[in-house]
Amino acid sequence: MRAINKNWSIMTGNEAVALATKLAGVKFVSAYPITPQTAIVEKIAEMVANEKMDAKFIEVESEHSAMASVMGSELAGVRSFTASSSHGILYMHEMLNWVAGMRLPILMAVVNRSIGPPWNIWADHSDTMTQRDTGWMQLYGESNQEAMDTIILGYKLAENKDILLPIMVMQDAFTLSHTSEPVEIRDEEKVREFVGEFNLPFKIDINKPMGYGSLMPPDGPFMELKMDMKKSMYSGVNKFIEITKEFNETFDANFPGPVEGFMMDDADYALITLGSISSTAKHVVRNLRNQGKKVGLLRILLYRPFPKDLVINYLRGLKGFGVVDRSSTYGPFGSLYMDVISSIYGKLDIPAANFIAGLGGRDVRVVDFEEMFMRIMEGEDGEIWINAGVK
Amino acid sequence: MVLVPTAYAPSSNNKTSSWRTTRPVIDYSKCTRCMICWKFCPDVAIGVTFGEKLDYPNERFSKLEAPFINYDYCKGCGICASECPFDAIDMVQESEM
Ligand code: SF4
Ligand code: SF4
Repeated sequence: MRAINKNWSIMTGNEAVALATKLAGVKFVSAYPITPQTAIVEKIAEMVANEKMDAKFIEVESEHSAMASVMGSELAGVRSFTASSSHGILYMHEMLNWVAGMRLPILMAVVNRSIGPPWNIWADHSDTMTQRDTGWMQLYGESNQEAMDTIILGYKLAENKDILLPIMVMQDAFTLSHTSEPVEIRDEEKVREFVGEFNLPFKIDINKPMGYGSLMPPDGPFMELKMDMKKSMYSGVNKFIEITKEFNETFDANFPGPVEGFMMDDADYALITLGSISSTAKHVVRNLRNQGKKVGLLRILLYRPFPKDLVINYLRGLKGFGVVDRSSTYGPFGSLYMDVISSIYGKLDIPAANFIAGLGGRDVRVVDFEEMFMRIMEGEDGEIWINAGVK
Repeated sequence: MVLVPTAYAPSSNNKTSSWRTTRPVIDYSKCTRCMICWKFCPDVAIGVTFGEKLDYPNERFSKLEAPFINYDYCKGCGICASECPFDAIDMVQESEM
């Protein structure tokens, strides 16, 4: 247990994100309110109005415009930020592709919330899962500390001159966004030095006018641009590991990096999770370990780019595993499951179940994780819905 | 460095007039200089004249600056003609020009 000093404070995930944008030196914020994200931009607006944060804040009439206006400010070379949730994310879908394709390292905090109908405001990853192919990197955090730290690490990763891609930084609705936890506030001066100056190499220059994203015929470098995006994105895995190391040294922290293996060293069975339910899963892993069961947990923090080699290394030697998807997408299996299985295809031959759990904010309880572990230990595979049936 | 979809291709190199099949022609004797056409043109192909001697409906309008159509960029969509409240713009077939 580390000493609690004056840099610790009790705050919600939303407050942690808002404060992190100030620490990271964000200079432009544009947003449209949506539950459960609203508290982030409210806090930022308040800091800007009270001159505690040196930035410009613009409220727009929609999420599509919010993303369009941060695209403009970022092109002008100004570090920019926005935040949204759920239907707001879907509404900006077109602009998400534009921002990524234009290689603009914007950060957006997302408080994960389900997609209607029926109307529901609780935790569920469907909003960002359906945007996983837009060219944005995606980080799913587990705690309010990570909500703060992923913003700081995120700007350094996104603005790296070999990456230049936007990042969505996720936290779960209410479980994190509206729940207070102790958070160590990173030192502002150190954060500024760590993140560095923002220098967009191709920013708008009125003395050298350029066309941005204009028409490109089939024999233009259209394919090459897409290839380069993919290359940059996947070089992000190693870059993220490097940046994590530097972050932990600078702030005396223990940020896990792209994935976190919990009691994985000698595990026979494991679950793979994203986000805040991982904490409950860890509790269950500890309990089962106490009963002599060799189980572990692999938490994916960096979901795009998918850290496939790291995942393969953790899974090698297991007798069975389960992947927990907290989203409703309509492929043959859940999204995370398909990413894991396609990564290990031809390399590892292990039975693997796909658990769909926690949709629309339904609790994923200790008994649910116990059931999941029991079912993988019995060798089950295929898609299994947990704590769901006729209600 | 990464590949970025930017290009040094100023619009002066990229005239789009050949896309046009019909051409808007302003009849200045009907034009009240309301500038509604200028506001509506989606290609920003309508500009404002400065001190040019043009016809006008009556003396009251003689001192006002008038719209002019930049035929290098006008794509001939006809929105200006449709929006003009005074029917001062005619769409004429390019083949007849
Ligand atoms: S809309 Fe018609 S009347 Fe008004 S300025 Fe244009 S051409 Fe003239
Ligand atoms: S025809 Fe269309 S493009 Fe041409 S001036 Fe009128 S509104 Fe503009």
